[in-house]
Amino acid sequence: MSAILEIKNLRVEYRSREAGQGIKLAVNDLNLKVQAGEVFGFLGPNGAGKTTTMNVLLGFVNPTSGSASIFGVDVREPIARQRIGYLPELTYYYKFLNTEELLRFYAKIFRIPRAERESRIDAALKLVELEHARKRLIRTYSKGMQQRVGLAQALINNPDLLILDEPTSGLDPIGRMKVREIIQRLKNDGKTVFFSSHELGEVETVCDRVAILNQGQLKVEGRVNDLVDQYKCDLEQIFLKIIGYEVAA
Amino acid sequence: MNNALAVSGIVLKELYRRKDFYVLFILTALITLVMGSFKLFNDDKIVRYLKEICLLLIWVSSMVIAITTAARQLPAEKENRTIFPLLAKPITRGQLVLGKFLGCWFSSGLALLLFYVFFGVISGTREHQWPVLNYLQALSLHWIFLGVVIALVLLGSVVFTAVSSNATISFIVIVGILFVARHLNKIALQLAEPGRSIVYTIYFAVPHLELFDVRQLIIHNLPLIPWNMWLIACVYGIAYSLFFLLATWMVFRRKSLN
Repeated sequence: MSAILEIKNLRVEYRSREAGQGIKLAVNDLNLKVQAGEVFGFLGPNGAGKTTTMNVLLGFVNPTSGSASIFGVDVREPIARQRIGYLPELTYYYKFLNTEELLRFYAKIFRIPRAERESRIDAALKLVELEHARKRLIRTYSKGMQQRVGLAQALINNPDLLILDEPTSGLDPIGRMKVREIIQRLKNDGKTVFFSSHELGEVETVCDRVAILNQGQLKVEGRVNDLVDQYKCDLEQIFLKIIGYEVAA
Repeated sequence: MNNALAVSGIVLKELYRRKDFYVLFILTALITLVMGSFKLFNDDKIVRYLKEICLLLIWVSSMVIAITTAARQLPAEKENRTIFPLLAKPITRGQLVLGKFLGCWFSSGLALLLFYVFFGVISGTREHQWPVLNYLQALSLHWIFLGVVIALVLLGSVVFTAVSSNATISFIVIVGILFVARHLNKIALQLAEPGRSIVYTIYFAVPHLELFDVRQLIIHNLPLIPWNMWLIACVYGIAYSLFFLLATWMVFRRKSLN
């Protein structure tokens, strides 16, 4: 298997907004490889540097040092994003558009030929079960529906790599189950999924490999089964041990 | 260009689905209609005075539409977090800036066309004169002026954090240029060095937006501006727009978004 996502010695510093805080280190010397076809869980407590790392991968934030590449192309090159689908943690889309218009707009950005555009929109809407609401303005959608619009836009270009930032955040159990099903279906289709989540049970179910980040540093990386065997406990216990959380007796 | 046009389409859609544009248009149209229906003592001077007020109103309305539309484009994308799924796609920040500019420019051009056609019809039916070419020159130069304004406001939107402060500062700067820029050379002559050189530099550096204000052409039905002069003015305006867009891109391309 070949690495389609590679992070080398990544370091991200930023100036803190609070007075007198100076420079803050968000990610420190991170090295990571994600192989084609695997579902990779990117874990860590709030403020661990997960979203910052994803922001670097998508070209939103420039690294202080180190590099990242996707499909062998530097992430700062827009062409690196041609085969990516991205679902942000908070899904906000143009509320004056309906879902069909939104997906058509993104399809144009991906230069999907006009003849193919409508069938791609139909397929994405079918996958996230939003066909019935395709003409409704996004502002009238519930949170769960908006999250599914997010997934549909992430899938419009039939990406080879999906980057999902807490895709089940704020969803009810049915919504979470549906997202999990979609991830599973993408995995079966041979897609690579790189996602962050706080739902460790869900991670354990769908992920092949995980990495746990704490205070900007990679603490553990490996196959879920290997880690469970090594630590002799479930992923949640492993996570708590690694971030140094003591469970009260 | 494909990406920029796709983004401009979204800006246009946003404008015609928002209510503020219609409010401003209906308000301007109503005032123009009321003023156009006055017939005071059959005096030409009064009619021209009313035309001048209507055109001033169109200038102010179009400037407000251009400034408020352009000022919120990039900050709203960031504030509503719509910029993240967008820039996660194969679109450059330069294409985004160009798309926003084109969207604002096309939409303000559309608003301008509506204003001018409405004003022209009211004015033509009362004066029984149809100086179409005068209107065309005034409209085109006005549109080029709005292009410079929009590019300048977009630059402001990547420099200033708040939309309101950008809109206010841009409005003051543009009105200041319109009223003061033409007199700067005369002020410079009265100053000693180094003040003279500084004011002269400002005089030559700022875009002379007053060149695009040819309302007199319509008010007094003056002869047309020579077409070569019209062309030079258009190129001058487009060059400034490109300069401001380039500056916007230079600032925006290295900005971290988080």
